Amino acid sequence: MTQPLIDLSPKVSDEVRKTTCYMCACRCGINVHLKDGPDGKRQVAYIEGNRDHPVNKGVLCAKGSAGIMQVNAPSRLRAPLRRTGPRGSGQFEEITWDEALATAVSWLKPLRETAPEKFAFFTGRDQSQSFTSLWAQAYGTPNYAAHGGFCSVNMAAAGIYTMGGAFWEFGQPDWDHAKLFLIFGVAEDHDSNPIKMGIGKLKERGAKVVGINPIRTGYNAVADDWYGITPGTDGLLILSLVHCLMQAGKIDLDYLARFTNAPCLVNEDPASPQHLLLLRDEEGRPLVIDRRTGKPAPWDGEGVEPDLSATYRHAGVTHRPVLHHMSERYLSPAFAPEAVSDQTGIPAARVRQLAAEIAHVAFDQAITLDRAWTDFRGVRHQKMTGRPVSVHAMRGISAHSNGFQTARALHLLQILIGAVETPGGMRFKPPYPKPATAHPKPHSKVTPGQPLDGPHLGYVQGPEDLCLTDDGQPARIDKAFSWENPMSAHGLMHMVIANAHAGDPYLIDTLFLYMANMSWNSSMNTAGTMRMLTETDENGDYVIPRIIYSDAYSSEMVAYADLILPDATYLERHDCISLLDRPICEADAAADAIRWPVIEPDRDVRGFQSVLCDLGARLGLPGFVNPDGSAKYADYADYITNHIRRPGIGPLAGWRMGEGGLQHGRGAPNGAQLDSYIANGGFWMEHVPEEAAYYKPWSRGYQDWAVRMGFYDSPQPYIFQLYVEPMRRFQLAAEGEGPRQPPEHLRARIIATMDPLPFWYAPLSDSDETARDYPLHALTQRPMAMYHSWGTQNAWLRQIHGVNPLYVPTKIWQEHGFAPGDWARLTSPHGEITVPVEHMAALNDHTVWTWNAIGKRKGAWALSPDAPEATKGFLLNHLIPELLPERDDGLRWSNSDPVTGQAAWFDLRVRIEKCPAPAEAQPAFPPIASPVEPGPSTLTWKVGQ
Amino acid sequence: MTSLPPPSAVKLGLVIDLDTCVGCHACVIACKGWNTENYGAPLSDQNPYGADPSGTFLNRVHSYEITPGDSPPQLVHFPKSCLHCEDAPCVTVCPTGASYKRAEDGIVLVNEDACIGCGLCAWACPYGAREMDAAAGVMKKCTLCVDRIYNDNLPEEDREPACVRTCPAGARHFGDLGDADSAVSRLVAERGGFDLMPEQGTKPVNKYLPPRPKDRPAPDLAPLAPVATEAKGFLGWLDRALSTLPGEGR
Repeated sequence: MTQPLIDLSPKVSDEVRKTTCYMCACRCGINVHLKDGPDGKRQVAYIEGNRDHPVNKGVLCAKGSAGIMQVNAPSRLRAPLRRTGPRGSGQFEEITWDEALATAVSWLKPLRETAPEKFAFFTGRDQSQSFTSLWAQAYGTPNYAAHGGFCSVNMAAAGIYTMGGAFWEFGQPDWDHAKLFLIFGVAEDHDSNPIKMGIGKLKERGAKVVGINPIRTGYNAVADDWYGITPGTDGLLILSLVHCLMQAGKIDLDYLARFTNAPCLVNEDPASPQHLLLLRDEEGRPLVIDRRTGKPAPWDGEGVEPDLSATYRHAGVTHRPVLHHMSERYLSPAFAPEAVSDQTGIPAARVRQLAAEIAHVAFDQAITLDRAWTDFRGVRHQKMTGRPVSVHAMRGISAHSNGFQTARALHLLQILIGAVETPGGMRFKPPYPKPATAHPKPHSKVTPGQPLDGPHLGYVQGPEDLCLTDDGQPARIDKAFSWENPMSAHGLMHMVIANAHAGDPYLIDTLFLYMANMSWNSSMNTAGTMRMLTETDENGDYVIPRIIYSDAYSSEMVAYADLILPDATYLERHDCISLLDRPICEADAAADAIRWPVIEPDRDVRGFQSVLCDLGARLGLPGFVNPDGSAKYADYADYITNHIRRPGIGPLAGWRMGEGGLQHGRGAPNGAQLDSYIANGGFWMEHVPEEAAYYKPWSRGYQDWAVRMGFYDSPQPYIFQLYVEPMRRFQLAAEGEGPRQPPEHLRARIIATMDPLPFWYAPLSDSDETARDYPLHALTQRPMAMYHSWGTQNAWLRQIHGVNPLYVPTKIWQEHGFAPGDWARLTSPHGEITVPVEHMAALNDHTVWTWNAIGKRKGAWALSPDAPEATKGFLLNHLIPELLPERDDGLRWSNSDPVTGQAAWFDLRVRIEKCPAPAEAQPAFPPIASPVEPGPSTLTWKVGQ
Repeated sequence: MTSLPPPSAVKLGLVIDLDTCVGCHACVIACKGWNTENYGAPLSDQNPYGADPSGTFLNRVHSYEITPGDSPPQLVHFPKSCLHCEDAPCVTVCPTGASYKRAEDGIVLVNEDACIGCGLCAWACPYGAREMDAAAGVMKKCTLCVDRIYNDNLPEEDREPACVRTCPAGARHFGDLGDADSAVSRLVAERGGFDLMPEQGTKPVNKYLPPRPKDRPAPDLAPLAPVATEAKGFLGWLDRALSTLPGEGR
């Protein structure tokens, strides 16, 4: 038989439109292939990665390629909805946009005139925070944040306070030069494609990858070496490595002296109000001893050579450099490998082995680039010397109540060996580096009918910057920037509903949520949260009187709102990935990007940000109306193009208007800017000059380029803060110094946890009793092919991850006599769940885990009620309280990091028992009515004919 | 039954690096997307929003745990699709000639017009690499993106299988394994690439690169020698070390 003739060159598409993915938070560039459908309308035929894009360079993950199933998902909301049944029932009627917006205005306008703080606006997995925060600021409420508080604020805040940058959006490993890569507590995402691409590059060069994680999946599965650490103890392991390196003198003294505050002088007088603060000159500049003169000099003085060891006696007070304090702390036997091995589960010899490998690569395999550069003191360096040890870390170390200090410890380790902003180490991505002092401070002053007095979120430098009312109470509903968690840079979204329900610190009127599944997988104590959302007061009114929610899909949260503003999907609307927000830059380039409607919605939905422009105008918010009262922005695209944040600076940096024509960075608005972005593939990119590629915080070349680009208005060189002095200021207040004093019940905790040098303490909910009664740790991981709850509505992705068994390590599996198909009851101090179990060997002996957010409520996401996600799928959230166990003091203690307020998801402890298989996973909840029609029984999705 | 052509000089296939595959399923979905829209009937999904969703996939990633005993357990991600065997039993078993191996490049395809959906080829394949599409009633399998790799409508750099183009970790390689000098053949030689289940005698064209040895300490690395064991000794060492640092202030 002859071979059939086949068409080897079929037409791929009628048109390719390039935009930005939103199947997770990575924001890769995508080519959306469109074909003319039977009705003549362009339809999505295929999605692939954009080869030119700085984030993904052509590759695309499973989620990204499955976007076609997201824009046709039956779960898409179709029109604005008004609740008709009781809250939580899912009963709604469709209304018009005019009705929906008039309703919202009727609730929000009077509130703004009387008590704007009773309006709380929290925006979940928002990628437009510089816009939504501006809106909330104009409204005048102090109660605004996005989801960082329940995600990874410890990582961001520890990085910013320590070194003016952090992992993921602010920094990345030097994939091209690293020879040893340590990856701590990273599940399979954040960031998604760049880490996979980077690991591929490292493997190609034969670099070594070391995974430090209780669970050996994903990136840890391909790691050359695996440290299956016990959850919550990473800080101990890291400080033990620091101990070994300092003991061996394997630290980069030149780097520490020039680029960190290790030589800064600390006041040693216990009687001084300045005790353990840094010695400063009259202009407030921290002082060092200049090796050229032996005398004190400002840290940034021209040509100053800071001395790491000299002490200084002034006005009867001895001052010692920070490095002296570090040597006392970290050379302590408490951090010896032998002392930490029981708690970490890592044998002492393995700790010593890792320390030796780090030292070997950092100092014996140092690399040198022949590139000259000039530092901020005016010193010209002929070469760039690199310590090719790179690190990445994420929620595994940060989602603990000791996560801030643990992330700080990790940065201390990186800095000690000189592996930040040097070749082979960690590199910042513009507009970072940016020290904490260059960020705004938080603002919370409310004036009815007026905007807030400044941005909501920021970086406090001491007690004077806290957001407190005149009587010293937390000003914000989430108690961010209060004595309970002073450095809560991203707010505490996970506490909003619980606090609003408790009236602690006060009751609110209207809760406005965007893209956050707070009645399900995004809340601790999920069942309790559902009760709080539906509970009524003695008058029969809901305790949280009004809830507005915007989402594109029929999530569990929809049922708990009174008014639904349906959002467009990511291929149907405008967005901007702005340098003012969460950037997508690379270490070698600044970049920003847009989304634009590559297809038109086939439903009565509107992009959320465009709705906010409209709502802002209807409310008459400053910045959203013209002098004549008319709407300032027709839609979000108009805002993206024409909003001016500072002179010459807008949401997008590319193709702005200069005197001589188009230019990048600074410039006036350009009416055709979005067209330029679309013509360029949806993004803009400008490369960092070669001499400015490393040493960015200290490089004159980089600083000058950053000013030209508009990242800041004057050079902002700084030194890394091994010693975070603002933390000491909070300790001093807790010791009784200063006019702003913490409440008595928090003094001891502030002194203990706000330590200016990294240390380790056991997770706050761990006591001897809990460790005895709940001997196991329980974790979740997000799989690579799913992004929290969104993936389940995707017909292709749910075939990959449609069930989430509880994975049980060999020792526990055998002790309990588990067999395949068994179920277990998992109990925490807060609650219990009954779930299917599966054996896994490559797992820490004391840890069980499952995939995150696979479990679904019946009736949500347009799934049938017998979908495995709703019958066998489960959430660990039911076991995790938002409050620590009661202490009989009448106080509500948040289950969060006491420094930043980061939700301590991974402090969870449990015990496990084998039990008979129930009909379905427990707890089970009654179905909610679906506001959308069920999906088809068969999919044969072919657009072209 | 159907006969195989004489062995081709060009043997197009995949080389899959098990040392680098992180198990992300990007290849699975890129394949699903391209092949739903392109070659033959769409890859359908049954009960896609219901209790037991199942669909046609030409490429799937399996995960296996390995417990070596003398070192920590490992997890290996194992992507699997048609291996385009030289002695392809799925071809010779086909009663209609629908299953065939291309004479010019060795790609194994199904001519859907001639496929009667009997399923014999799937039974004959020792790798489980063929899937019957429940909606179309025809056998589906990896085409090595035959409609991409020669496609004049695609830029040159995109003329590779969708799974290779999308793989974020760079764990998938495409090329001519009949050419000993090709990049893929060299990779196989350097990394000890192997055949899947050679005992089946199917002579698969696709190769797998084995995971590198894991959990081995760096060789010849002595433990760190202390310069001091406590703070005071450290400061003495510090002073000595600083006196050797360059700078005007020495």
